[in-house]
Amino acid sequence: MALWSATQSVGSDRSARTGIRRRQLSDRAIQWLFIAPTLILLVAMNIFPLFYSLFLSFTNYSAISAAAPVWVGLGNYQHILSDKQLWTYFATTGRYAVAAVGLETLLGFGLAMLLREKFRASGFITTLILVPMMLSPVVVGLFWKLIFNPQSGIFNYLLGFAAGQGPDWLKDPKLALWAVVIVDVWMWAPFVMLLCLSGLNAIPEYLYEAAVIDRASPWFQFWRITLPQVAPLLLIAVLFRTIEAFKAFDLVMGLTGGGPGDATELIAVNLYRIAFPPQFQTGLGSALAYIILVLIVAISNLYIRSLSRIRGEV
Amino acid sequence: MEKSQRRQRAPIVEAIRVDKISGGTRLVQAIRIVLAVVYAALSLIPVLWIGMTAFKSRPDATAVPPKVFFKPTLEGFVSLLTDRAILLEARRQELLQHLDELPWYQRLMVQQGMEVTGPSQYVGRLKNSMIIAGVSTVAAVVLGLLAAYAFSRFPVPGKGDLLFFILSTRMLPPVVVTIPIFLMYRRLGLHDTHIGLILLYTVFNLSFSVWLMKGFLDEIPREYEEAALVDGYTRLQAFFKVVLPNSLSGLAATTVFCLIFAWNEYAFALMLTTDKARTAPPSITTMLGRGGIEWASIAAGSLGFLIPVVLVTFALRKYLLRGVTFGAIRQ
Repeated sequence: MALWSATQSVGSDRSARTGIRRRQLSDRAIQWLFIAPTLILLVAMNIFPLFYSLFLSFTNYSAISAAAPVWVGLGNYQHILSDKQLWTYFATTGRYAVAAVGLETLLGFGLAMLLREKFRASGFITTLILVPMMLSPVVVGLFWKLIFNPQSGIFNYLLGFAAGQGPDWLKDPKLALWAVVIVDVWMWAPFVMLLCLSGLNAIPEYLYEAAVIDRASPWFQFWRITLPQVAPLLLIAVLFRTIEAFKAFDLVMGLTGGGPGDATELIAVNLYRIAFPPQFQTGLGSALAYIILVLIVAISNLYIRSLSRIRGEV
Repeated sequence: MEKSQRRQRAPIVEAIRVDKISGGTRLVQAIRIVLAVVYAALSLIPVLWIGMTAFKSRPDATAVPPKVFFKPTLEGFVSLLTDRAILLEARRQELLQHLDELPWYQRLMVQQGMEVTGPSQYVGRLKNSMIIAGVSTVAAVVLGLLAAYAFSRFPVPGKGDLLFFILSTRMLPPVVVTIPIFLMYRRLGLHDTHIGLILLYTVFNLSFSVWLMKGFLDEIPREYEEAALVDGYTRLQAFFKVVLPNSLSGLAATTVFCLIFAWNEYAFALMLTTDKARTAPPSITTMLGRGGIEWASIAAGSLGFLIPVVLVTFALRKYLLRGVTFGAIRQ
C-alpha cells in the first residue's frame, strides 16, 4: 500500500495525485489515529508497572520508608519459596479454586441448559439471575456475613435450623472456606451461564436435524453435539474464573478477612497484607506477585492448550 | 394423566423445532422454566435481604431469629446520609420539647438519642463513583470502538500480535501491577485524584472493550461503508454515518460490562484514594468502624449503590444478551 502511493506521487497529474494521496494517507492516518490511544495507554499503564515490579522484586524496598531500594538478588524469592506458611496459602487457594470453579461450571452450565429454549420473559429471568454479578464483591462479602450469622442470619434459618442451632459458617475453620465458595458460586455462576448461553445459541440447528434423522438418542446428542460445541466457551469461562480465584481478594476481605485463623487466607489476601498495611514489604510483595503471575500464566496455558485441542477436534 | 395429555398435544404445536421433538416436550420445557424461575428467586433472596435490611430499625436488623416482617423505617437512610452526634441528656430534653418543629429526619434521630450535625460523605462518594465509572466507561468504550474499527477494517501491520498483546493485558493479575501503580501514582501526583482512577479503570476495561467491539464490527458488512465511500463520503463520514449507527447494540453491551467493573472496583480504589477521589465501595466498608455495625445504613448505602447499575443493565438487557453471543464467538 505504501509502495503504491509512493509510485503515485511520482506521477505527473497533480490533481489526481493529491486526490488519491489524500485518501490513502487519511486511511492510514485514521488507522493509527484510532489505534494509537489504546496502545499508548496499555503500554504506559501495563508495561512500565510490570517491569518496575520485576525490578522491585529483587530489592528490599518498602513503600513507606524513604530508603532507596537495595538490591538483594534472589533473596525475596528464596524467602517465599522456603516459607511453609505461604505454601499453605497456595494450597488453600487451590482448593478454593477447584471447588468454586467446579461448582460454578456445573451450575452455570445447568442454568444455561434450562434457559436455552426461549420462553416468555426468558430474557427478563436471565437478567434477574445476573443481578448477583452486578453487586460489588466487597458489599457481597459484608452482607453474607450478616446472612451467615448463626443467630440472626437468614441462611441457617432457611436451611431449617432454629436460631443458634445451625453451624457457624464463618467461625468454623472447616466450614469457612466452603462459605466463601458458596458466596463465590452464588455471585459468579451467572457469568458462566451467560457464556454458556451464548455458546448454546450459536450451535447450528442442522447438527441436531442430522442427529434426529439418524435417530440419535437425546443422551447421544448431548455428549456428541451440545457438549463439544459449548466446550470452547465453557473453557473460556472456566479460565476466567480460575484466574479470578487466584486474584480473589475483596470478597474474602469482606467476608472473613482471611479467618478464622488462616482458614480462608487466600494467596491474594496474604499478598495484600505483605505489600500494603500493615507490613509494607514492597519488594517481598512484588516477588510473591511474580510467583502468582507465573502460576496463573502456567494454568492459563494449560487451559488454552486444551482449548485449542478441543477446537482442533471439532 | 396430565403427562399423557401433554404428549398428545405436543405434535399439534406448529413452531416445534426438530431437536425439540426428541428431547424437549412441552412438559420438559415447563419443568425447565419452573427450575429457572426457582433458581432466580432463590438467588435473589440475599439481594432482597439487603433491600429489606435497608428499611429496618437497628434492633430489627439483627433480630434473633431473623425478622421477615417488620415495621419499615427510614433510619438507615438517614444515618447513611448524615453525620450525627450523640446527644447529652440536657440537650436531648431541650430538643424533645421542640420535637414538632424539627425536620422529620432530625426527629427520627433524636428519638435514637442522636442529633444530625450535617450531611455525610456518602453522596460525595457516590458522585465520585459516578464520575469515575462514567468517564472511564465512556473512554474505554470509545477508545475500544476506534481501535476495534481499525483492526476490523484496515490491514494493520502485526494485527494478530497487537490484538494478542491487548488481550494479554487482561490476563495480568492486578496484584502484579498494584504496587508499581501505587508508587507511580504517588510520584506523578495521581494518588487520590479522579483522573488517576479514571485512567486505571479505562485501561483495565480497554482490552475487553476492543475484543468485544471487534466482534460486533466484524458482523457489519463492509459493503455498507464501501457504498458510502463510492457515494463520495470520506472515511470518517462513513464511519460516523454508517458504521456507528449499526454498532449501537455492541456499544451497549460493552458499556454494561465496563460499567459493572468500574462501578464495583474495590481494591484499587482502596489503595489509590484516601478522601478526595474515594469511590463508594471502599467507603461502604468504612462505615463498619463506628461502634457496632450499622447494618441498616450499610444496606441503604449498598442499595443506593446497586440500583444505578441494575437500571442500566435492565435498560440494555436485549443488547447485552445479544452482545455476548457476538463477542464470545469471535474469540
